[in-house]
Amino acid sequence: MSCWQTVQDYALRSIGYGERQLPKTDFTLCEHFTLIGSGLIWNVYFGILALLIGFFIANAIAAGKAYGPRWLRKLCDWFILIFRGSPLFIQFFLAYFIFLRLKQVGILPFLTAAQAGALLVLILNTAAYSAQIFYGALMSVPKGDVEAASAYGFTGWNRFRRIVWPTTLRLAWPAYTNEAIFLFHATTLVFFSGFPAWQQRGDALYYASYFADKTFNPFVPYPILAFYFILLTLVIIGLFGLVNRRLNRHLPGATPKLRYRPQLIR
Amino acid sequence: MFSYCSDPDLLSGLTWLSCYLTTGKHMLFYQSFFVVLLLLAITAPAALAFGFGGAMAARSRIAPLSWLGKLYISAVRGVPDIAFFLFFVIALDQGFEYLRHQVICPDWTDPIRQGNDFVVCDAAKLPLNSAPQWQHEIYGFFTAILTYAIVFGAFAANVLFGAMRAVPKAQLETAEAYGMSRKQTFWRVLVPQMWIYALPGLSNLWMVLIKATPLLFLLGIEDIVYWARELGATKQARFSDYPHGDWRLWYFLALLVFYLAFTRLSEIVLDRLTQRLSKGQAFAGGVA
Repeated sequence: MSCWQTVQDYALRSIGYGERQLPKTDFTLCEHFTLIGSGLIWNVYFGILALLIGFFIANAIAAGKAYGPRWLRKLCDWFILIFRGSPLFIQFFLAYFIFLRLKQVGILPFLTAAQAGALLVLILNTAAYSAQIFYGALMSVPKGDVEAASAYGFTGWNRFRRIVWPTTLRLAWPAYTNEAIFLFHATTLVFFSGFPAWQQRGDALYYASYFADKTFNPFVPYPILAFYFILLTLVIIGLFGLVNRRLNRHLPGATPKLRYRPQLIR
Repeated sequence: MFSYCSDPDLLSGLTWLSCYLTTGKHMLFYQSFFVVLLLLAITAPAALAFGFGGAMAARSRIAPLSWLGKLYISAVRGVPDIAFFLFFVIALDQGFEYLRHQVICPDWTDPIRQGNDFVVCDAAKLPLNSAPQWQHEIYGFFTAILTYAIVFGAFAANVLFGAMRAVPKAQLETAEAYGMSRKQTFWRVLVPQMWIYALPGLSNLWMVLIKATPLLFLLGIEDIVYWARELGATKQARFSDYPHGDWRLWYFLALLVFYLAFTRLSEIVLDRLTQRLSKGQAFAGGVA
């Protein structure tokens, strides 16, 4: 079987197109690359959607924690504490069993499927981590900026939207880039934590460990996985770098370049 | 455990619960919490040692060594950590067996990788097939610890490498001016001063390490996640003295509370420590 044939059969295997049967023996390098790359579709799906939706929730929570009334501030604090203080792995398990319960009484039955349930957990998780980042940035917006805005007659929502929030984003962006990278890495946990991979449609790590289990040779599938993820990381850094340039475009002098200096935040 | 537990069918309410929560399997469940703590207690210093080595290598003046150190730091960061866990736990095992195979059975001619099998001579198996169960468990735990130490060592190397660069240059230049050699400068001036810069990163690392402990489950250790799944699953009256429905939800809720309490406690202790160590320093606590 030629490599092109393999690509046609398996490139979309993880979302249910192409050959049903996974290869069982005589694994070729081409099959490794194709299937693991196919699984990467799920990682990208989880990562992008969680990041997009989580971004808005995170901003709301950060603002709530900073400006809200006492009860709202407490609520936001608890949300952040629970999702940042416990392992994502446990959160996945717990959420899955909660969704199972809900399914038994007929509420939101689709949440037991990974593409909905795990996505929800990831959204909430990244919202909590990002909220903490945005809150920190919100607190370090220079006082002078805010006072100048007031002097120009900006108040309330207008001041927040036009002055405070853009500065917050600008300050938070390097840390947020880091969070995005970690989020994509965290998506590999989904199919190892209760959520079933229906018809063996898993993510990149799922297929990598499938190969490693079958061939008992970890030295081929995992480096391929690493290759894909390093590529993904570079793409994220590139895209976030573009946004960073736009956020900093009004500043005199060279834009501070977004360097990948992985500070641990997760 | 209690004397009134001899016939569980007659019990109800709290007495039933007290008997249920003290069965032999639950004792194993409670023990597994100590396994997690033990893992943390051994891994933390081991990872710090790996990290120190990595940071030293990355700073080295010998180019290949420096590349190696930097590769170690960056490789582990670009790839999801569970991929490394799953990789190392097999790779280390096969590596050890391969080395023993080379030493113990040098006249073995068959290839080691035969199709989908990894075949070494019987005497090179780790642990030996005839070894008792506890040796298998200890060996599994040992490879898990080594895996954690390698992965988190890279995180730590990253932090320590940054901290070493954060020590003011003037300090090192002064040391040189006093006639200290490179080695003396490193051990007597740089290392004692870098900890305060490393502390925020290391506290963060400790939190990440705590939150990575449930991944032990993926390495095949009978840890808290394993037991929570095992004990929580539906028990039929035919197979168990204490039948119950699907209670995994409650078991995992208990784990969540355990981790929340643990991370919160760590946070408080680490904050105190940072304050203590920042005393007399020329910056307002925790800047690095």
